[in-house]
Amino acid sequence: MTKFEIRGVRADVLIGADERQEILKGVDLTIDSGQTHAIMGPNGSGKSTLAYAIAGHPKYEITAGEVLLDGENVLEMSVDERARAGLFLAMQYPVEVPGVSMSNFLRSSVTAVRGEAPKLRQFSKELQGTMKDLSIEASFAARGVNEGFSGGEKKRHEILQLELLKPKMAILDETDSGLDVDALKVVSEGINRAKANSDVGIMLITHYTRILNYVKPDFVHVFADGRIAESGGPELADRLENEGYERFVKAGAEQ
Amino acid sequence: MAGPNLGVKEHSHGGELPISKLDVHGSFDVDAFPVPTGREEEWRFTPLRRLRGLHDGRDIKDGVVSVEVTAPEGVTHETAASGDPRLGTTFLPTDRVSALAFRDFGTFGGATVVTVAKDAQVAEPAYIKVTGENQGDAYGHILVRAEAHSKATVVLEYAGEAVYADNVEFIVEDGAELTVISLQDWGRDAVHVGHHYTKVGRDARFKSFVITLGGDLVRMSPKVGYTAPGGDAELHGLYFTGDGQHHEHRSLIDHNVSHTRSRVEYKGALSGEGAHGVWIGDVIIGEGTEGTDSYEYNRNLALTDGTRVDSVPNLEIFTGEVEGAGHASASGRLDEIHLFYLRSRGIPEDEARRLVIRGYFAELIGRIDVPELRERIMAEVEEKLAEHE
Ligand SMILES: Nc1ncnc2c1ncn2[C@@H]1O[C@H](COP(=O)(O)OP(=O)(O)OP(=O)(O)O)[C@@H](O)[C@H]1O
Ligand SMILES: [Mg+2]
Repeated sequence: MTKFEIRGVRADVLIGADERQEILKGVDLTIDSGQTHAIMGPNGSGKSTLAYAIAGHPKYEITAGEVLLDGENVLEMSVDERARAGLFLAMQYPVEVPGVSMSNFLRSSVTAVRGEAPKLRQFSKELQGTMKDLSIEASFAARGVNEGFSGGEKKRHEILQLELLKPKMAILDETDSGLDVDALKVVSEGINRAKANSDVGIMLITHYTRILNYVKPDFVHVFADGRIAESGGPELADRLENEGYERFVKAGAEQ
Repeated sequence: MAGPNLGVKEHSHGGELPISKLDVHGSFDVDAFPVPTGREEEWRFTPLRRLRGLHDGRDIKDGVVSVEVTAPEGVTHETAASGDPRLGTTFLPTDRVSALAFRDFGTFGGATVVTVAKDAQVAEPAYIKVTGENQGDAYGHILVRAEAHSKATVVLEYAGEAVYADNVEFIVEDGAELTVISLQDWGRDAVHVGHHYTKVGRDARFKSFVITLGGDLVRMSPKVGYTAPGGDAELHGLYFTGDGQHHEHRSLIDHNVSHTRSRVEYKGALSGEGAHGVWIGDVIIGEGTEGTDSYEYNRNLALTDGTRVDSVPNLEIFTGEVEGAGHASASGRLDEIHLFYLRSRGIPEDEARRLVIRGYFAELIGRIDVPELRERIMAEVEEKLAEHE
């Protein structure tokens, strides 16, 4: 049983040497293990900022509040410690790291997170199997990390990492964007496998209800102007799909 | 870092030829070149003091250098004395050191001539190993000729201690394919000023890898010209410059005939106090030519404080009929976003750094198709990396 708590988090984006801008204006959210929380909200409202700030991206700084994973303050940990503590972020725009082969990267990553090097034969079997499940061709293992991958291929590889690293808490930032119908299904199945095989809690950032037809959320939150503006059950997603965010954007502007 | 010099001139009509300032007139006469003072454009990045007199041409020839050739079937080798008419056909020395080396190499056992027979398709690489026995002045000359429609790989390997200057000629005859790997693996005190003069024939392909890891001061000037249309030259370079080392690479591609292609890609890493990397990439697209396709690229990675990089692309175009001509140069530190991505997957910072740096080199080293060499170069890079961890 894991508890992931975001309490009163405020964060700035670091723009230049002395330039910064507050994006998160007090975010509160608690996710228990096994739960799936969908976060929906207009462009630029700060969803990715929340995801990156929690992961420890160097361009963002949390100025107030705390983020707890089973009571431990994640913000006091380095980026890699956070991941080893069980936090995972599937990025909206996964990073290309030229020259570092995917297989080498995955082996290093799995070794670090599991605390010991997996047996080579066992690992390559696990890797091949998971790649196959996600309809990723075996040849990708020899390519540079995300190097020259299409948008959809990058997203599949983020889910590949989710499945291999088995985190306690996963933030999936628009993993569904840019996927065709088939890919969306493959990726959703990957997320559902991760859910079935572990007690992972999921924060699913998305603009569309179509992924929510595959990955059923327990809660839906509206994110607007750097905070959670409304929370509800799965029915809230349908309402947002019909009505849009107008009501929240206006509310934000009036303040 | 200096910006690019872009000299773009109109097609001339009045009969006067546009003169490229990159195309310096050469000479075999040492005295045609005054002793450099360090103020000359071509010497201003080189710490002359550390050349140990190589540039002024004192009459000291106290070095001992051995040249050893291992040639597979299809490749022959011999020694040629100074004055052999086959030598010096591809170039006129464009600086004093090159002229000096050509004048004096005879004192050091003559030139090494390596020939790839016409039509021979040689899979095994030929090795030319130059080893300096002591820190003394020595000169050398090598001629590699790939006869028409042959295909071969030649590995040039420099090791030991010396104060060394040489000229290496590569003749790639029509339809031939020559790959050269020049590995400057000198001991820590060596000084080496080397020139590569390449002539690429009709539909011929030349590919070079200039890998500089050792020495105190290494200055390499690979020059490429074409003798007929359809020639293709790829120059790959890699340097890992450690504490106090000076590694300088000055490429010149002269697109003097139509429908020729060139790619120059040099990558360096610098680590430690006083590490100095210089890259000068000159490209001339000659008057009256058409269909030239050229691109050059230099990237530098500063791994610690106290390093210095000078990276200067020079592109001179004397025609409007260019298919493509571009350049890029970037110098900086490890990309923190790369590190963030790896670390966000649990990989500790020092390991993430190692992975990214290795990846940076592996990209280029991976293109060398001699596995034994690939592994050796990677191992030496690892060794140098370990010095700063
Ligand atoms: N480097 C930066 N410089 C300036 N502003 C930035 C920078 N990075 C982010 N921002 C701003 O922060 C705000 C929040 O961006 P964020 O990416 O978190 O939004 P989002 O909710 O994820 O939007 P989307 O739905 O489009 O992905 C935006 O207004 C954005 O322009
Ligand atoms: Mg976003």
